[in-house]
Amino acid sequence: MARMKFLCDAERCIECNACVTACKNEHEVPWGINRRRVVTINDGKPGERSISMACMHCTDAPCAAVCPVDCFYTTADGVVLHSKDLCIGCGYCFYACPFGAPQYPQLGNFGSRGKMDKCTFCAGGPEEDITPAEYGKYGSNRLAEGKLPLCAEMCSTKALLAGDGEVIAAIYKERVVKRGYGTGAWGWSTAYPDSRGA
Amino acid sequence: MRKFISLTGRLMAVALLALPLLAAAPAVAQTQGQTPTGQAPQNLTEQEVKLFQQLNGNVAGRVSIPDAKSGLLIQPEGKEWRDFWRDDSKLLKGGALLGMLAVLVVFFFVRGRIPIEGGRSGRTVVRFNGIERFAHWLTATCFILLALSGLNIAIGRELILPLIGPEAFTALSQAGKYVHNYLSFPFTLGIVLMLVLWVKDNIPGKVDIDWLMAGGGLVGKGHAHARKFNGGQKIVFWSTVLGGGVIAVTGFILMFPFWFTDMAGMQLSQVLHTVVSILLIALIMAHIYIGSLGMEGAFDAMGSGEVDLNWARAHHDLWVEEMFGKRDAPRGGQPVAAE
Repeated sequence: MARMKFLCDAERCIECNACVTACKNEHEVPWGINRRRVVTINDGKPGERSISMACMHCTDAPCAAVCPVDCFYTTADGVVLHSKDLCIGCGYCFYACPFGAPQYPQLGNFGSRGKMDKCTFCAGGPEEDITPAEYGKYGSNRLAEGKLPLCAEMCSTKALLAGDGEVIAAIYKERVVKRGYGTGAWGWSTAYPDSRGA
Repeated sequence: MRKFISLTGRLMAVALLALPLLAAAPAVAQTQGQTPTGQAPQNLTEQEVKLFQQLNGNVAGRVSIPDAKSGLLIQPEGKEWRDFWRDDSKLLKGGALLGMLAVLVVFFFVRGRIPIEGGRSGRTVVRFNGIERFAHWLTATCFILLALSGLNIAIGRELILPLIGPEAFTALSQAGKYVHNYLSFPFTLGIVLMLVLWVKDNIPGKVDIDWLMAGGGLVGKGHAHARKFNGGQKIVFWSTVLGGGVIAVTGFILMFPFWFTDMAGMQLSQVLHTVVSILLIALIMAHIYIGSLGMEGAFDAMGSGEVDLNWARAHHDLWVEEMFGKRDAPRGGQPVAAE
């Protein structure tokens, strides 16, 4: 079985934000919700890098560990998903997430949060695959259609890779060997501590 | 607690993490930018080494979306908070609450219900007026509901979820979240009211130290004098006011996420909110016990507001003297125990 992962090649990302836009459009996420974002570090200075970041679908996901209502689950492909029917919008997953992936629509009084929304690796949710109910809550389920996440699929520089961890790691390794340098796969040591030597 | 300390000392840890970066370039790849190939890139440029040094492990940058906090790219501290919430805090919850319960059960079987010395006299004195009792019960009602809804978030996943199933547990927790959010306001009001009403009677003094040294009458038979509030009650008062204050402030920070502070501040607030709440719940368990089951006549103080004169003389002899004057208040019975 595949173990789905994201990998962003910071040497290639040009901060076009097309992955962000594609994600928002594909899943019709509401205002203020960004399942994916592009962060530019050392902006305007030597060594500037842009990294596209979303849920990394961690091994032993911190969000799942701290959820008071246990609404997370991991699919057979290693994708971390959650049930919006069970989520109470407490916000704990955001404190635990190393990547700032969980998003909350602002609902009601004070800063009270609605049900959490995050990147699904284009794999929908617990509802039956490719149904209006699933689309309404979690967006489209491209994995069930045999496609990979749209953000990576349409990345113009192929900086963002999505797919089986071993396959994308091999692609990245080939790039690093060919060009002779690489700043590392951002977040991998945090998200996949078991991937050492993969 | 270990994680709690490390959370507060994160800056130091980050600085330590950055040390090897200064020493050798190949070390960078192993500590920070591990490649999926598992190999350190052999020819990291000087520029890249500099980049990692500047980032100091806490990787943050600029984003073009309005959500400024999303500029924090990677925060490894999330896993420390996860460890606190999943492991350390659960030990604290179980230890403090079950420990206090065990102490109270043992105490009840050893000491039994503490009777009024000399029996009821039939005469009563006003101990707490209407406003005082209102402040107490306002805080008490809120506290119990806040404690239950908070404990549901804290350990409901282990205790209640397996019993009632995910859908029912979510409905319960969602309701609990609203209760927890809204009752924070009357709870805070109650804390402020109690502070204003009772602070003048709760200034610690020598008589309190003597009371505590004598075991407060809880253990052994001491001659412990006390004014309106004895040493034990003053501990409860200051724990409630100060602890409740910390809980209220951190709670409001949590209820208005990222209005006042950043990610590290939110995590620290959550840790403080949890730790102080658990300790206060354990203390209040003892307070509830001694104010109801544990001592005859004690509940009247907050029930009807009028206590039996013999009870008052036994537990708050100096307070009775202050009210009636020494002449009218001959010593009846020995002062014994805390409320």
